Amino acid sequence: MRRYSVFAIAREALRYHSGWERAWASPTPKASYDAIIIGAGGHGLATAYYLGKNHGITNVAVIEKGWLGGGNTGRNTTIIRSNYLQDPSAAIYEKARSLYETMSQDLNYNVMFSPRGVIMLAQTHHEVRGYLRTAHANALQGVETQFINAAKVKELVPIINIDGPRYPVLGGLWQPRGGTARHDAVAWGYARACSDMGMDIIQQCEVKGVRSEGGKVVGVETTKGYIGTKKLGIVVAGHSGQVADMAGFRLPVEAVALQALVSEPIKPCMDVVVMANTVHGYMSQSDKGEMVIGGGTDGFNNYTQRGSFHHIEETLRALVETFPMISRLKMLRQWGGIVDMTGDRSPLISKTPLGNCFINCGWGTGGFKAIPGSGWAMAELMAKGEPGPLAAAFSLDRFKEGRFIDESVAAGVAH
Amino acid sequence: MLTLQCPYCGVQADETELSPGYEAHLKRFGPGSTPEEFESYMFARKNPKGVHFERWRHAYGCGKWFLAARDTNTLEVFGTYPAQSSAPPADLIAKIKQKRPDWEGYK
Repeated sequence: MRRYSVFAIAREALRYHSGWERAWASPTPKASYDAIIIGAGGHGLATAYYLGKNHGITNVAVIEKGWLGGGNTGRNTTIIRSNYLQDPSAAIYEKARSLYETMSQDLNYNVMFSPRGVIMLAQTHHEVRGYLRTAHANALQGVETQFINAAKVKELVPIINIDGPRYPVLGGLWQPRGGTARHDAVAWGYARACSDMGMDIIQQCEVKGVRSEGGKVVGVETTKGYIGTKKLGIVVAGHSGQVADMAGFRLPVEAVALQALVSEPIKPCMDVVVMANTVHGYMSQSDKGEMVIGGGTDGFNNYTQRGSFHHIEETLRALVETFPMISRLKMLRQWGGIVDMTGDRSPLISKTPLGNCFINCGWGTGGFKAIPGSGWAMAELMAKGEPGPLAAAFSLDRFKEGRFIDESVAAGVAH
Repeated sequence: MLTLQCPYCGVQADETELSPGYEAHLKRFGPGSTPEEFESYMFARKNPKGVHFERWRHAYGCGKWFLAARDTNTLEVFGTYPAQSSAPPADLIAKIKQKRPDWEGYK
């Protein structure tokens, strides 16, 4: 692999850009691999990358039904933060956030990580108390956050209306090292690095069945034929239930649609990410100038990758109230993604009832921020067969044993 | 917009006046059950891509809970029926079978 650098740009500029290589290969599947990852989204590719980088396992295939990063990796609002309440969540999301800081150098691919800061607004007294508690918890967990007052919020976000009619801003939980990154680039960067290590990324290849012998997985049936494997990682987000069904077990997961939308591009007006969880909307400005907007999920099982119109209405009503200057912005695009919600709104990185088969899912509405940490923990689980410290708490058993990681209360609605 | 007919008051209600209640016909387990049984009731879900039986509440109407058969992949609604049903009615099953010949049936 030729490295990307300023010298590469100069060299190519002198020869009509004829020397750029394909970023990753598109091979035909081999007969068998040491490990197969189903799902070439951020989490799947990160798992493959850290299998190679941290554990030296490179005879790996990542198989993908659609195209690379075409699911939730390319559909989220790109927010990165780690200000969670519970210790296991703070640990894995903070690991992910810290890996994002050096990801561009690590992958030699510009993922445009922008640590611009994330504010979660406190708009009720209950929320003020909740975020004060989170700030104290984060201090103990080594996650840098602080509770700021309304004047400081206004200083950081001049376009905000802190005297709103329904829910005036009373303060906010500020994580200065949170931010955004270019979501596609995260998938592309990992794919390029995986391909460079000799891994096979096989797109347009749908898994149709999981074959097992004596309670252990031996391979997968796909639209490109049977592929054998010693270990299998299921990393398919919204469709986890379908693949788990093929592998013969059930999950504590429901698939629902989450929507996002972007406005027409405008001049720079907001250089932090703002989440308003009481009125229910969040917004940041992309490098192109579009306001990137997210809101709530629909409340029913849905695989259509589009959501209900009234949810967009609710989200925009909330944001117009919070940022009056956006009231006349036109919206350019709206889309949906299928998110996998677990019973306690925390993810699963776990062994499964089927031997040598592992699952990473349940990231719900907040998976993008976790990609590198999730891949790191999943790779360790797959390589060693047992979870490491990051993954241990996220096991499938916790629902049977009552060890919930209760972030649905702690994090409010927005992830 | 998703529209369901409330089997009690007969109103064609759109989703803004309904509250979703997720999977229907769960077998309930209480004190004295095994952890596996309790998990199956509280957390394990069918979550199918296709025909699904669900609980809904006509929250901003008559307030009653009812059940619905719906395709989660196309949002097509096959029908609704009263909450006092331990399994989907036979005529509804037949109607779904007719529209989805590949459907493996209610389990």
